[in-house]
Amino acid sequence: MIATEVFLTLILMLTIFLGFELITKVPSTLHTPLMSGANAISGITVVGAISLAGNGQQDLANWLGAGAVALASINVVGGYLVTDRMLAMFKKKGS
Amino acid sequence: MDNLIQYSYIVAAALFILGLKKLGSPATARRGNMLSAGAMLLAIVAALLDQGIVEYQWILIGFAVGAVIGAAAARLVEMTSMPEMVALFNGFGGLASLLVGWAALDTGATTFTLITIVLSVLIGGLTFTGSLIAYGKLSETIGSAALMFKGQQVVNSLIVLGVVASAVMFCIEPANSQWLYIVIGLALLFGIMAVIPIGGADMPVVISLLNSYSGLAACAAGFAINNNILIVAGSLVGASGIILTQIMCKAMNRSLTNVLFSGFGSVTDDTTEVEGEIKPISVEDAYYVLEAASNVAIVPGYGMAVAQAQHVVRELQELLEKNGCEVNFGIHPVAGRMPGHMNVLLAEADVPYEQLLEMDEINPRMESVDVCIVIGANDVVNPAARENEGSPIYGMPIINVDQARTVFVLKRSMASGFAGIANPLFYKDNTRMLFGDAKESIGGLVREFD
Repeated sequence: MIATEVFLTLILMLTIFLGFELITKVPSTLHTPLMSGANAISGITVVGAISLAGNGQQDLANWLGAGAVALASINVVGGYLVTDRMLAMFKKKGS
Repeated sequence: MDNLIQYSYIVAAALFILGLKKLGSPATARRGNMLSAGAMLLAIVAALLDQGIVEYQWILIGFAVGAVIGAAAARLVEMTSMPEMVALFNGFGGLASLLVGWAALDTGATTFTLITIVLSVLIGGLTFTGSLIAYGKLSETIGSAALMFKGQQVVNSLIVLGVVASAVMFCIEPANSQWLYIVIGLALLFGIMAVIPIGGADMPVVISLLNSYSGLAACAAGFAINNNILIVAGSLVGASGIILTQIMCKAMNRSLTNVLFSGFGSVTDDTTEVEGEIKPISVEDAYYVLEAASNVAIVPGYGMAVAQAQHVVRELQELLEKNGCEVNFGIHPVAGRMPGHMNVLLAEADVPYEQLLEMDEINPRMESVDVCIVIGANDVVNPAARENEGSPIYGMPIINVDQARTVFVLKRSMASGFAGIANPLFYKDNTRMLFGDAKESIGGLVREFD
């Protein structure tokens, strides 16, 4: 039986290489939306925080989880909305 | 149910990747962002199905608070303030990962999990305070200058040693949670210490790097709670930030170590000697030159953002084009306070993105440009970077505005820029200085055309 950590590390390694390939193709004109979009994606922590915030234990982990849900949601909601607002401004000539 | 959640995460990961792929062109980027948002929604819904959840009240309250703040910020932020907003969001992401890592603490955990808890708390903590300092410097609520003091290196080394020691102690003795608190405290302190010695003009590098850290913190939290979607999404963000950091460093011809550890300007003495004299020009005379020009290049810098001049620049561009003139913009990678800052401002003012040329595209065309208008840019157009080996910015790639037939430099006064480096461009035979607020000067030109 191979430990879970090994699989998780494999995923990490592959995604980093994939990430480098993807991001080098983003044109410099879109670097600001790329960063705010990355802010939104880093809000993925919300997924991990949800089960903690809902554990019903009223313990420290519960409160930390609720705080993390709030913070990460700022990133998710704010990040996607502001990125969309920016990308809507990029127009082709004549459009 | 557990399998359904895991498969949903896999679909979400695929959508995140497709979304980033679509960011490869401005034409598809908006759809890409929506795909990415869809991926996030799917991942959140899947997480809500977790059977370990017994009450939804705190999840909903947390989400409601975050969504309201996030939506308000996204709607209200000025495009000129995007660097501040990204800096703050980097910080929130870091703090969220710190809290998740902390909450994952379980005394029965394996050493591997304990190490990942320490990593998420450490990276998350330093990202949080580092980003707050970066925010303060960008918004000028604290001074944007590099803050250096005697013994800084020693203090920082002690903090690093303290972090390592308490992290090791925590992994040996996880039941004694005070070791984790010490790591948290030192991580927060280290974030502050790491960013205060970095000056305002180097902020593009810092926020790119913190952007990367916020992803890596999420990634570490993913390891701590065995969640693969956190690892995938976090490492994509981490990779993105690292690439942007590299691009920024290359555009300044400096190594990351140099940006992080040496306050700018304190390293080399400037030996640039300037010859010639300053030749000011009036708005009226500038108008006559522009009216006769058939090819104009505009090179904006941070000064354009400060003066909020992007809309009036767009008006000038339209008038010039109506006059039969070709107008292009030359954007240096480090113009502004974050990667792509100038592009967003000009897109906001409705400048089509095909006319925003990168440095490598505009430079070969420079010799056929009649008039090059430099708005609030300084170091990125300084020919000393090309000509003078003694200049602190020697070797930095620049936009060769001095090769245009005529150069107009819009500048408030002759006070030297942030880095205090002499700029021989201002003294060249083909340079004319248009002094005053950029917005007013260009507004004056627009009125002359009407």
